[in-house]
Amino acid sequence: MRKVNLIINGTKLTVPEDQSVLQAAQSMGIEIPHLCYDSRISPTGACRLCVVEVKGKENLMASCTLSVSEGMEVLTNSERVKKARKIILELILSDHPLDCLTCEKSGNCELEKYAYQLKVSSSRFLGERSIYPIREENPFISRDNSKCILCGRCVTVCEEVQGCSVLDFSQRGFATLISTGLDRSLTEGPCVFCGNCLSVCPVGALTEKGRKFEGREWELKKVETVCPYCGCGCNIELNVRNNRIIKVTSSPESVVNQGWLCSKGKFGFEFVHSSDRLTSPLIKKEGKFYQASWDEALTLISKKLPQIRRDFGPDSMAGLSSAKCTNEENYLFQKFMRAVIGTNNVDHCARLCHASTVAGLARSFGSGAMTNSIGEIEEADCILITGSNTSETHPIIALQVKAALRNNRARLIVADPRKTEMAELADVWLRHKPGTDVALFNGMMKVILKEGLLAEEFVGKRTEGFDEFTRVVKEYILSQVEETTGVPADLIKEAARIYAGSERATILYAMGITQHVSGTDNVLTLANLAMLCGKIGKRSCGVNPLRGQNNVQGACDLGALPDVYPGYQPVDDIAVRRKFEEAWSTSLPDKPGLTVMEIIQAIEKDEIKALYIMGENSALSDPNSSRTRAALAKVDFLVVQDIFFTETADFADVVLPAACFAEKEGTFTNTERRIQRVRQALSPPGEARADGEIICSLAEKMGQPMSYSSPGRIMEEVASLTPIYGGVSFPRLEKGSLQWPCPYPEHPGTKFLHRGRFSRGLGKFHSTHYGEPAELPDSEYPFIFSTGRTLFHWHTGTMSRRVRGLNEIYPEALAEIHPEDAAGLGLKTGDMVEVSSRRGKVRAKAEITDKSPPGVVFMTFHFREAAANILTLDALDPIAKIPEFKVCAVKVKKVGESREKLG
Amino acid sequence: MKTDDHVKVGQIIDRHRGEDGTLLPVLQEVQEVLGYLPEEALVEVAEGLGLALSRIWGVVTFYGQFHLSPRGKNTIKVCQGTACHVRGSRRILDKIESVLEIQSGQTTPNLKFTLETVRCLGTCFLAPVMMVNRDYFGKLTLDRIEGILNQFCKG
Ligand code: SF4
Ligand code: SF4
Ligand code: SF4
Ligand code: FES
Ligand code: FES
Repeated sequence: MRKVNLIINGTKLTVPEDQSVLQAAQSMGIEIPHLCYDSRISPTGACRLCVVEVKGKENLMASCTLSVSEGMEVLTNSERVKKARKIILELILSDHPLDCLTCEKSGNCELEKYAYQLKVSSSRFLGERSIYPIREENPFISRDNSKCILCGRCVTVCEEVQGCSVLDFSQRGFATLISTGLDRSLTEGPCVFCGNCLSVCPVGALTEKGRKFEGREWELKKVETVCPYCGCGCNIELNVRNNRIIKVTSSPESVVNQGWLCSKGKFGFEFVHSSDRLTSPLIKKEGKFYQASWDEALTLISKKLPQIRRDFGPDSMAGLSSAKCTNEENYLFQKFMRAVIGTNNVDHCARLCHASTVAGLARSFGSGAMTNSIGEIEEADCILITGSNTSETHPIIALQVKAALRNNRARLIVADPRKTEMAELADVWLRHKPGTDVALFNGMMKVILKEGLLAEEFVGKRTEGFDEFTRVVKEYILSQVEETTGVPADLIKEAARIYAGSERATILYAMGITQHVSGTDNVLTLANLAMLCGKIGKRSCGVNPLRGQNNVQGACDLGALPDVYPGYQPVDDIAVRRKFEEAWSTSLPDKPGLTVMEIIQAIEKDEIKALYIMGENSALSDPNSSRTRAALAKVDFLVVQDIFFTETADFADVVLPAACFAEKEGTFTNTERRIQRVRQALSPPGEARADGEIICSLAEKMGQPMSYSSPGRIMEEVASLTPIYGGVSFPRLEKGSLQWPCPYPEHPGTKFLHRGRFSRGLGKFHSTHYGEPAELPDSEYPFIFSTGRTLFHWHTGTMSRRVRGLNEIYPEALAEIHPEDAAGLGLKTGDMVEVSSRRGKVRAKAEITDKSPPGVVFMTFHFREAAANILTLDALDPIAKIPEFKVCAVKVKKVGESREKLG
Repeated sequence: MKTDDHVKVGQIIDRHRGEDGTLLPVLQEVQEVLGYLPEEALVEVAEGLGLALSRIWGVVTFYGQFHLSPRGKNTIKVCQGTACHVRGSRRILDKIESVLEIQSGQTTPNLKFTLETVRCLGTCFLAPVMMVNRDYFGKLTLDRIEGILNQFCKG
């Protein structure tokens, strides 16, 4: 970038030529008042408050839209400028209700701030005022157009950042106002309730509906922490008053999300204060739960577990840790299971989402995590998304994709059976049949090999196994791939050429790839593709699994897995085991333990007698969940520790009330390996305690104390035993987050992996063969059934369904059925249908849509009343033991007529 | 909207698809064919041209030429400019409003008349003035109103 020299207020400076005068001034610490400018969006020059005097120019100029130029001389605060700014403010105030006494924005209002700074207390231009009714016909956002200063920030954010274009200027002249299309309510248009318009509004025109009269801005304590929902790990601030969260905000400086949030992060916190939080331990006696004291509950557990161990051995016990809990708590949980109980039978829900990623990427590259960082996506010039409904499941990553399309003109390839928002934005959409991923990507690689588009030097120097791999791929015939996948060969060719021909091409994938019996093979195939084209070990490239839960990455990192200690150190490696035995002063089991689904099977076979579940809702989240429920009912002793009385808690012998994310200290690791501080903002309700605290008290009761004076101390122990976390400490995290590997205290952390060398040395090509899904449609069960999520809910709904607004927007389960199939079944939207598989049946409202292809029925798994996982199949990937949530066979029957008239 | 109206709107969109700056001509043509711009047509134009509905709403509310509700067969423009005002144009307007039982800006339920006000028709020497379609009526008095309106009721 060329640099230019200019003089601002008499001081010389040199800045890149693409800066505006406002940015240049900011870079030297000079603040220029501005109301419409926001560094994250395109400047519009609407408010003119940022005017400056430029030598040689007669008129004052808006500095936010004025580019710097060589030799320019600028005055930002001359008398003339000050006078002009005052007049501009007075004009704005002449049509503004001076409502600061009760305005929710007061104390944080930019208009108020500048009025004070520029000493403008009233307006000379008294005249007609625009008065509009406050619009609140939606659960979250209050729109008061009377307070709007028409800065246009909300319009730009909604269009540029969110890609929704819900808002725009309408009418003209004095009557100009911001409105939606047809002036409808926000719920009737394309609004996704991200709240990002609200967060940029400089005044009180857009505010959180729920914060009304809940506290003045200066009474709110802001606690910086991390969103408890998805793996993006957005940085949020809990705004707290009287031990209640009043609203959630996010600083524009947030590394992960630049201040942008999604509906769950912004508005999904109400569950924290839900009146049905667990507040005291419960013990089941003769089928009924009774309140108990902590001492009673812990004593009972500390008697029962050793007794079972004595009678049946330590491997008769198993524990499920939690991807919702902190790193420190996951560390304690697996340490408790291994060191206190003496078993490696510890696993968690990662088994159900990305076990195949961990297994596959470790085999290919030597490390099973997202290779690159979220912030790099924006700079990619080709993005290949497969098996990820990114806009709904990783909304903030979707914003990065949209930014790449917009700013960088990146090409987007989407391989997905469902017509997701990303598929609609794609340059090439490969709508392959569910479960045919290996065939599709091998087909693409066949094209790349045949047309010589591969990165020969990279393949030669940095990989192994190439010859065997090419032998297999060469067997693929494109016409057959077309037949298997249903994707026209020409599209496959086009996708292959775009991906191979781009400089910075990144692959993003999620559960559409992993949740198959061929999950590991799917992942290996994507890894092959990246290596073949040399798109790995470089900025804005890589193979990037988007992890689901807020801390699923951390739960894996910290060893809540049956075969590895923290940092993926194998339990069957003697040197590693010695290290942990020494550190924990005890002997440890040497054989890898059981995975989630194997634990269920072991209960059936009477091999597991006791199960300790921390923060998981297995009764809804497991595939073929009737089987899981039967096992939960059967197991002799079940401890469930959670923030709510979940469907799983119902089966427990003891229920322990836990503190939620806002009530404890610790760290989460997001999907890009970023370790971030979670901070306590509230005290837990009733007698609820932090999960880590509970485990420690239990260990102590069992005579093997694990005591730490704070979560920071636990991290010290983690760092001393876990090379990839070796340089992580709370004092360092206070200054900012760190991305692992971060092996020693001076190490800055790692933005992208495998630069120059793969974690395992050479990258390894694996030959993968397309195999059919475990259960395909037949005459009795003619449809493919697939599951997924929506933007407005989270997993089994334990949290999000306790947020009234989210429930209002998305109140019930829907079974998506293609119009062609619906015609055959005589269905219309709103009819009740019964969907059944060989394992069970559920009822839901039908939604007739072409989002899924013909022959496929799709449901989300958030709703206990229509629990999709009653239908899903527990067939497992042989390597990763992940179940095939994405494909099974069902039939559909109409059981009720829609009550709504067709429009 | 009737089915053939949908077809007509679709044809207009198809004819302009792919051109630059198509929105205004499309809206004008749709209004010409349908007489006004019903919401459904706006939604169709948005989807057809791949534009945000909010942007289209912005445009149709910005330009006075677009009408969002059905128009009467005859448009009455009553001048409220200074010269007419001085000569009692407010009372003329009141009278028309009471005869037609609508307010300025509205259309009669039988779609015969749409009533509007303007700020000077440029014929102040005739004040107070009104226009019905292309005809001027000057030096108005209250008792002439009904007669004039009646002329336009036929046919
Ligand atoms: S909440 Fe988000 S989608 Fe809705 S109007 Fe605001 S920015 Fe647009
Ligand atoms: S609503 Fe707020 S952000 Fe939007 S134009 Fe008005 S003042 Fe600006
Ligand atoms: S994108 Fe994920 S982490 Fe960010 S606010 Fe939404 S749910 Fe929270
Ligand atoms: S901040 Fe520059 S014109 Fe508004
Ligand atoms: S004021 Fe009525 S015509 Fe000029």
